[in-house]
Amino acid sequence: MSRIAQRFEQLKAQGRTALIPFVTAGDPGPATTVPLMHAMVEAGADIIELGVPFSDPMADGPVIQRATERALAQGVRLADVLEIVRAFRERDNETPVVLMGYLNPIEIMGYTAFAERANAAGVDGALIVDLPPEEGHELVTTLKAQGLDLVYLLAPTSTEDRIRRIGTVASGFVYYVSVKGVTGAANLDTADVAEHLARIRATVDLPVGVGFGIRDAETAARVAEVADAVIVGSAIVGRIEALVETPERIPETVGAFLAELRAAIDSVR
Amino acid sequence: MAINADTRQAEHLESGRAAAYDLPDASGHFGPYGGLFVPETLMHPLEELRLAYERCKADPDFQAEMDADLRDYVGRPSPLYHAERWSRELGGAQIYLKREDLNHTGAHKVNNTIGQALLAKRMGKTRIIAETGAGQHGVASATVAARLGLECVVYMGEVDVARQEANVYRMRLLGARVVPVTSGSRTLKDALNEAMRDWVTNIDDTFYIIGTVAGPHPYPMMVRDFQTVIGREARAQMLERTGRLPDALVACVGGGSNAIGLFHPFIADTDVAIYGVEAGGAGIETGHHAAPLCAGRPGVLHGNRTYLMEDDNGQIIETHSISAGLDYPGVGPEHAWLKDSGRAQYVSITDDEALAAFHHLTRTEGIIPALESSHALAYAHKLAPTLRPDQSILVNLSGRGDKDMHTVARHDGLVL
Repeated sequence: MSRIAQRFEQLKAQGRTALIPFVTAGDPGPATTVPLMHAMVEAGADIIELGVPFSDPMADGPVIQRATERALAQGVRLADVLEIVRAFRERDNETPVVLMGYLNPIEIMGYTAFAERANAAGVDGALIVDLPPEEGHELVTTLKAQGLDLVYLLAPTSTEDRIRRIGTVASGFVYYVSVKGVTGAANLDTADVAEHLARIRATVDLPVGVGFGIRDAETAARVAEVADAVIVGSAIVGRIEALVETPERIPETVGAFLAELRAAIDSVR
Repeated sequence: MAINADTRQAEHLESGRAAAYDLPDASGHFGPYGGLFVPETLMHPLEELRLAYERCKADPDFQAEMDADLRDYVGRPSPLYHAERWSRELGGAQIYLKREDLNHTGAHKVNNTIGQALLAKRMGKTRIIAETGAGQHGVASATVAARLGLECVVYMGEVDVARQEANVYRMRLLGARVVPVTSGSRTLKDALNEAMRDWVTNIDDTFYIIGTVAGPHPYPMMVRDFQTVIGREARAQMLERTGRLPDALVACVGGGSNAIGLFHPFIADTDVAIYGVEAGGAGIETGHHAAPLCAGRPGVLHGNRTYLMEDDNGQIIETHSISAGLDYPGVGPEHAWLKDSGRAQYVSITDDEALAAFHHLTRTEGIIPALESSHALAYAHKLAPTLRPDQSILVNLSGRGDKDMHTVARHDGLVL
């Protein structure tokens, strides 16, 4: 069983909803990320999503675009992100890490090389924003051969057919994009999310995380009522952005925010 | 290159030529290129778009409406012009210019926006968005939006807004909102990212008019189909005028829509050589260029797999060209396939060579070409002397140069 599946099993046994923070690797600099990851785990993160910087992040809103630009300006590339995960694993062999990004850096590294290097570094899964199942067969096969999960997005526009198709190729969990839009988009509609989640659960036998548009403890709590995992990205990255001049304060500030989210999520179980 | 005119003519008159070429496949691939690399939110809307397009393509009413618009509003067919003075001076092949510069709005771009806007209307969309580099596609989109009473938002890199101010003003006059894009390199690729972000957010009422043969399926196919009017007309015009097909086709390639529009109807005519001309910028050897087919490698960007300008880590790199319309790090996937299959050859022309051709055509034939098209002209200038006077080259004069007055003047040390 993969580390991600194990983690969801544990949470299920405890009756808890997962908290999955997203940060862009290497933002604002490569030295920040490993301490930040540890601080997030201490504050209650169950799984960490690590953004791989790409020059053309077409699914991301302005907050994560700027984080990407900061990381790229520091020279952070896919190989460096793998090195960050490897360094994180020196002290944490439990918390699953999922890389989230775009296909092109993986294409250039090569699917097999990426799968081997990611596995060796301690990565547990990947979410490739611009790789739908129609184009993903080869990468899915390659990743699975290395025991890595391929996490897929589902959207409000996903039809029954698409949900079924994605359910057959996804592993680890599926990520429901709660709004039509980019990361950090407008507030989500909880009733609407609940309805979509019911449709997804009828077809997909995997934990369902919900993200895009969760910006505070209150929304996190409402989403936790219906989801298996609450995914928070832009709200964290925005806090990192506010501290680029004093990066040493980032782990503590983000940790405090996650603790707040953790408490809110746990309050509704 | 012996060509039997009678045979050609007979072939042309037959309704279906040998169907040696039937791409993309059902999933939108041209060999390994093309496809659908987009976030999940866009997958179903793209499927809806494909179905709507296929219905319209098969609908005689839609085709009739489009043909009428192309005739009465755009001014088609565009003329085929024999550049006799220029040809004589070079002493080689006869050069014919397909005059897309004479279209309404001044370039080939409108062929596509007419088609996509009619499709948008049929799909009940009330808002259109577009990306633009030089501003020609933005103007062509704003134009059809004004005519059909659709709201229009055009995304344009901040750098391009500054270097194409006349077109920005034209778009605003036409009622479009021009949004300067400040992310990334602040040029065409970033405008495309921003348009995609808008589309994913406003998917219910918005139609995204992509201006070139790139993007996710069905865009490369659909835009090509709308632009092949160029090649269909030119093929018939050449046969009528010269009794035979040209020996070579030349067109500039940024995203590649004017080029594929010219090339596609000739793909089965294997005696016709095909040359796509990329922007060589300061020279391929300097790295400052926009020539992914000549000097890039395959990757995935903006929804399709194609040749890209990228670094060893798969990051897209900044391109350079004097012509904003060619300043793009990718290229339509069908061109990638035509390159690999050997059917077309891709070459590059530097900024300086394009500028020289710009001045040369202006002085020799009294036609001021767009800087984009000047790349094709510059290659024809090299190619013609290698052919005989009884041979011919068909060049796509994809746009007129009015929009480039400031750029050329600045290059000549003048401020207008």
